[in-house]
Amino acid sequence: MKAVYGLYNDGQSAQQAFNRLKAAGIAPSDITVLTAQPMEEYEFGNLDKATYMWWFACLGGLIGMSTGYALSYLTEHAWEMDVGGLPIFAWWPNLIVMFELTMLGAITATVATLVITALLPTKGRNLYDPEVTDGKILIGVENPPDGSIADLERSLSAPPGARVKRAP
Amino acid sequence: MSHPTGARINADLLRPLLLTSWRFYLLIAFFGFFVVAGLLAWFSQMFFGFGISGIRWPVYWGFYVTNFVFWIGISHAGTLISAILRLVNAGWRRPVTRCAEVITVFALMIGAMFPIIHLGRPWLAFWLFPYPSERLIWPNFRSPLVWDFFAINTYLTGSLLFLLLPIIPDFAVVRDKTTGIRRKIYAALALGWRGTPKQWHRLETAMQIMAIAIIPVAVSVHTIVSFDFSMAPVPMWNTTIFGPYFVAGAIFSGIAGLIIAMAVLRKFLHLEDYLHPVHFENLGKLLLVMGLLWGYFVFNERLVTYYGNGPAEMTVFRRTQSGTFAPLYWTMVICNFVMPLVIMGIRKFRTITGCVIASFGVVIGMWLERFLIIVPSLGAKYLPYSFGIYRPRPAEIIITAATFAAMCLMYVLFAKAIPIISIWELKAGEHPAPGLIPPATEEHRLGDLHL
Repeated sequence: MKAVYGLYNDGQSAQQAFNRLKAAGIAPSDITVLTAQPMEEYEFGNLDKATYMWWFACLGGLIGMSTGYALSYLTEHAWEMDVGGLPIFAWWPNLIVMFELTMLGAITATVATLVITALLPTKGRNLYDPEVTDGKILIGVENPPDGSIADLERSLSAPPGARVKRAP
Repeated sequence: MSHPTGARINADLLRPLLLTSWRFYLLIAFFGFFVVAGLLAWFSQMFFGFGISGIRWPVYWGFYVTNFVFWIGISHAGTLISAILRLVNAGWRRPVTRCAEVITVFALMIGAMFPIIHLGRPWLAFWLFPYPSERLIWPNFRSPLVWDFFAINTYLTGSLLFLLLPIIPDFAVVRDKTTGIRRKIYAALALGWRGTPKQWHRLETAMQIMAIAIIPVAVSVHTIVSFDFSMAPVPMWNTTIFGPYFVAGAIFSGIAGLIIAMAVLRKFLHLEDYLHPVHFENLGKLLLVMGLLWGYFVFNERLVTYYGNGPAEMTVFRRTQSGTFAPLYWTMVICNFVMPLVIMGIRKFRTITGCVIASFGVVIGMWLERFLIIVPSLGAKYLPYSFGIYRPRPAEIIITAATFAAMCLMYVLFAKAIPIISIWELKAGEHPAPGLIPPATEEHRLGDLHL
């Protein structure tokens, strides 16, 4: 993977570089942004915000609840135990099992969605610079067309305090 | 005045991970000694049988179940408090949340051990699991013990994930600051974290969902632990107040545990720039509120029992108020009600030292509360033939001490391996200059403070 990117000390400089890349015809989805913390007050920090995670959490909860119902219903009917005059399938106590498994399902689905959608590596997109850890903001383009590298470097170096690098 | 920025935060919070002093090994040896002693006591209990403990008819639940309920209560420090503070977007939570979440996970692990320690033959613990066994005895889903299984495992899984998810970006920080084998380990733990906007959004959304899901689970866990008692026809157990009473007590002891942990971390890891007096003051106020709530529940429980005047209930009532257990009962009242009320209620005492003193009192008082719920009632059931006494034996005392040491040991090891304060959350919160932090005893408006 080859890439050209700039490192910036503050959000305003990074936003300027982001704007210049867009003006140079790079689609926002093709711009790589790396930060050490969420920066939602800037446009570049709001890329890829849409997610179905809430829906997947609800689905996970539904599956968990169904599992809780099936587990308690099938278990109790497979071996019918008379306990203190309660019905074989007693709703009140079984609601506890169903509730816990609903929540477990929602939590598991949330984590699975996070891992699948955000943590699995994306092919051809693995640009990184350890300086991001120290607070630098990275704005760059991965796999740029060969003829555009010089233009991109000019765009990235325009904001004050910018340091432009190439990878590898 | 300069305040901690990105690089400075990294340096301060990674220092305990990158540098090891002799004090670390001393602490490990100290706590490790008690843990080994506890393991030996447990093994001897398995080898010689339950007879070496003080648990015998009619008091079958002694120190072990007291510890079980106590540690599950302490576990409410973390995830529940952290989740509430996250949902209300309290800025001052940032340095506090991870210290708290760690307590939850370790306290739950220790608490969940006690039903197993309480088994004479712990290698048969899998009989508790809800699966059809070869003995054709299927689990009874109407038993609170099976509810415990589901509730504790859900809470433990949820709390573990709630703790681990926000650590991923910090693993990436450690990855970038270490070399060799450590770098490889942290790189694997960081799961390829780079810090893209997509990753940040997904992480924050996941934390929001988890916070919403974990609060009712946390409440349910201690309610279900209370059902272990209130579902049984034992004097002073079979009452509807036990659910909220246990939840309030759990949050109460959890806050106390958190204050102690934070004070120790602040002192030994030199985190004075991150854990400010205002954090302790805020938690101290919560401690005061929960202390008043605890007093309210105890008054309710006691007054209703007294007014009902049932002979069996009154026997237990008198044993605790003025009989054999009175010294423990009144110590509990002083520790859980009088101390927090006086120390946290008077502004000039609401310092870090004051908060820690009150918290130690609450931890002791809440352990006594669990003990006083269990033992006096079991020792004085409805018919006099089942009256009996309980005296803890060395094995139980050593195991109990060992669990406190195990908690400290795990906490020390965690703080050695993982930043104990969330680095990225601190950066995101634009940590304020110390000059902006009001003194602990000064009146301030939290809404104006972007802590």
